[in-house]
Amino acid sequence: MSKRINVNDLDVYYSDFLAVEGVNMTIEPRTVTAFIGPSGCGKSTFLRTLNRMHEVIPGAHVDGEVYIDGDNLYAPGVDPVSVRRQVGMVFQRANPFPTMSIRDNVLAGVRLNSKRMSKSDADDLVETSLKGANLWNEVKDRLHLPGSGLSGGQQQRLCIARAIAVAPDILLMDEPCSALDPISTLAIEDLIEELKREYTIVIVTHNMQQATRVSDKTAFFNIAGTGKPGKLIEYDDTATIFTKPSVQATEDYVSGRFG
Amino acid sequence: MSATAIPNSRRPRGPVPNALTSAQLPRFVELYTLLAALAVSAAVLAMIGFNIVGWLVLTAVIYLVGLGILSSVVENRRKATDRVIRGVVTIAFLLALIPLVSTLVTVIAGGAPALTWDFITKTGGSVFNPQTLKVTVVQGAWQAIVGTLIVTGIAAVISIPIGILAAIYLVEYAQPTQWMARTVTFLVDVMTGIPSIVAGLFAFSLFTLIVGPKAFSGFSASVALSVLMIPIVIRSTEEMLKLVSNDLREASFALGVTKFSTIVRIVLPTAIAGIITGVMLAISRVIGETAPIFIAASFTDNFNANPFSGAMQTLPVMAYSGYKFPSQDIAASYQSAWGAALLLVILVVILNLIARIVARVFAPKGLR
Amino acid sequence: MKSLQDDRVGTGSSQRPGSPNKGAGTARVKARPADRIFRFLSTGSAGLIMVILAGVALFLIIKAGPAIVANWSTTTDLSGGTTHGFSSFWAYVGPLIWGTLFSALIALVLGAPVAIGIALFISHYAPRRLAGVLGYLVDLLAAVPSVVFGLWGIFVIRPFLIPFQDWLNQYLGWIPLFSGPVSRTGSTMLAGGVVLAVMILPIITSISREIFLQTPRLHEEAALALGSTKWEMVKLAVFPYARSGIVSATLLGLGRALGETMAIALIMSPSLVFSVQMITDTRNSQTIAANIALNFPESNDLQRDGLIATGLALFVISFGVNFIARLVIARTGGPRRAKKSARLTPASDATSLLTADAAESPVSIRSEQAARDAEAGDERTELAAEQNEDR
Repeated sequence: MSKRINVNDLDVYYSDFLAVEGVNMTIEPRTVTAFIGPSGCGKSTFLRTLNRMHEVIPGAHVDGEVYIDGDNLYAPGVDPVSVRRQVGMVFQRANPFPTMSIRDNVLAGVRLNSKRMSKSDADDLVETSLKGANLWNEVKDRLHLPGSGLSGGQQQRLCIARAIAVAPDILLMDEPCSALDPISTLAIEDLIEELKREYTIVIVTHNMQQATRVSDKTAFFNIAGTGKPGKLIEYDDTATIFTKPSVQATEDYVSGRFG
Repeated sequence: MSATAIPNSRRPRGPVPNALTSAQLPRFVELYTLLAALAVSAAVLAMIGFNIVGWLVLTAVIYLVGLGILSSVVENRRKATDRVIRGVVTIAFLLALIPLVSTLVTVIAGGAPALTWDFITKTGGSVFNPQTLKVTVVQGAWQAIVGTLIVTGIAAVISIPIGILAAIYLVEYAQPTQWMARTVTFLVDVMTGIPSIVAGLFAFSLFTLIVGPKAFSGFSASVALSVLMIPIVIRSTEEMLKLVSNDLREASFALGVTKFSTIVRIVLPTAIAGIITGVMLAISRVIGETAPIFIAASFTDNFNANPFSGAMQTLPVMAYSGYKFPSQDIAASYQSAWGAALLLVILVVILNLIARIVARVFAPKGLR
Repeated sequence: MKSLQDDRVGTGSSQRPGSPNKGAGTARVKARPADRIFRFLSTGSAGLIMVILAGVALFLIIKAGPAIVANWSTTTDLSGGTTHGFSSFWAYVGPLIWGTLFSALIALVLGAPVAIGIALFISHYAPRRLAGVLGYLVDLLAAVPSVVFGLWGIFVIRPFLIPFQDWLNQYLGWIPLFSGPVSRTGSTMLAGGVVLAVMILPIITSISREIFLQTPRLHEEAALALGSTKWEMVKLAVFPYARSGIVSATLLGLGRALGETMAIALIMSPSLVFSVQMITDTRNSQTIAANIALNFPESNDLQRDGLIATGLALFVISFGVNFIARLVIARTGGPRRAKKSARLTPASDATSLLTADAAESPVSIRSEQAARDAEAGDERTELAAEQNEDR
């Protein structure tokens, strides 16, 4: 299930503007990698290039390679649609489809591909996905109610369930807890810990405590100034980054001396 | 663009065996399919008799079916659906351009021969020659041009202040929950939906009851147009006022500026470009109305610049009556109908252009 | 707002105690009457709206009254001419109402799917840079005066449809809609319906386009991130969101088609009958508006009252359709949409979109501006999103 990501000299552009420059990194399977860094340094942008979601933004394009277990995402002939089925994504704000029930939300991605699915298969999938997202016990009695009726944290876990229902290899999370209260955040963090057993997880976070709590490795991105491209400054084990980083900028940032 | 354009951006390295690659149609497959469809349908029609409409329709069908089959064979069913839908909505759009282009071409082709300097500056009509006992039609639209400008001008003078002030009431003074605000909002909706001919009937009824029977007049038509124009002005002004950020108002109030000054000095100048645009478009909308003017001002060949008495000719009504109630010289009547229609279109286009230029040039930076 | 204004007097000076406050007293004295007069004027204008509408209803009813209550077969003014052979107003207006509804329905069936397709093309398929221009092209259709469409219908659509009508009759003649005898002139209900369809395209397109454009980006991205194609994204995220908007856009298009006069009056050769036939010369059900336009000049006073009464009926019908359209938006669209306006650009509330009915062009200009904004803004969307993360 879980796959390795190799990023090879990746530049991200918005039209002519170089937003992120020269990223090289390897993300191991079954790990949690956190991206940290100041606002506007391009970490969310970079995250999106890992499943080609940046292409949704007009004018955005990349130069370089991203390999997923040796397959280049940006090779000719690669269909972004199939990339996104293997690299799932959870967004900053929970975005369940408002007109669909909880059950339909979970099945939304799967239904795209398989024309029909027996009811029992669908039920099983809903149950495993929701259990996988630690949501089953809270919603099993109201699967047919709209997903928008859930609390923020539950909605976010519903989105995670929806993402893992299509059985991806990698899960990208773009600040999944930034809109949540501390208790819901804790629930998501516990969930990430469990999901790690099956998925490669990459998470963007602004909360450095969260990075230390959930991630095995941490990548620090920084930006030299407005109009300059964001860069990967340091990428190492989380413990190293937060205790004895090798770059001064990293130390300034993690110790709160930044800016 | 998101789907196909990016992977092709300079990538010299050959595809290593890649699990993510699925079979894909070449980049310009839509273009190739289109060309093939054009050729095939031309060939088919060449055998059974060629006509341009059949060619385009057949091309569209062959294109959609061909692309669908091609994509579902080479790619998959989902992509095929995607491509076919893309084709369908594009065709829908092109379909809408046909009447637009066709109307303009027809009007220009029909109206251009009539459109001479004399046509614009002379009063037209039928002249009965007692010697030869013949009726000759003089081509001329001066009476209709004057009538249109008078009728629309009066309507604008009535509607613009009422519309803008009512919009200011709705946005600046009224609380959304207040009964009057809700009633007025509702009634503006109702007014928006009044069929134009009903507005004409209203003006006719009003003036026959006040002035007496046969109360056709340009002013009556202006009243009818105002009923149609006021809601348009209110709505567009309201929209524009709502776009003005509340922060600006609060900043002004916080400086101790009165409500009146805030509206006149801050809110209106910020929204003025949008308001003018809306007003111009409202005018261009009612200037082409035929039915209400026809009912309220009737039609005539005589020159009449007095809006308060007697029938008045206008361009849209001239186009309508020239065709529907032609004089003995039918060809000449048709020609002046087309000439009037073309003049009308030109007027509308000018008004629209002004509206757009105003929107572009005078828009405050915040709104652009 | 009101309280803000009243508070001002008290807080104005206290907010800046250090400032010299020069001239504030005289300015206030001067400003107060202006303030009051302006408020009175704008409130008065709003009140005038009520007066005008009440006037429209009142004068129509007063004028229509005599014709509605009259016995049409015994009243001399009504027993001859265009109103010959009707026992009462209701017998006269019946077929007209039917014709009005039928022609509008044809226009809707032909026009609405195309209009929604165009809206989708402009909002989601066309290249962004072109979207504004393309939207403007469709809006240009709304700017073409109806009488021009009428003339166009006579000279272009009528002859164009004749062979097609023959074909319809030949192969589908067993359906009552297409039963003969086929028109030789082309002045048919179908020709009128086609022109009406063209005329309602821009309204339906501009409203649906606005609503499509308002689909929250979050939902579109959620669908794409699940690995959906563009069309699947539209089905998953755009259509469910826009459903009520499409319904009311269609209803407003229907309202427009009901009241349209010139296309039908110029193109169709009418009869006052209940007929579903679309391609004949003699069995085309006349519409209310066209009937008024055709008969008004030659009618006597009482017949005119009769025509005004039919106009009243048209007013009531189109009021009903518009009312339902707004109800749909208000019930299903308004509150839900307001709650989840997750888009980064400020979305105007759904009801205000309906202005597009009357003023589609200003809205489109605005949307074009919004598109331009989006173009520039989207580049920084993510950066902005990152900056907003703590809100």
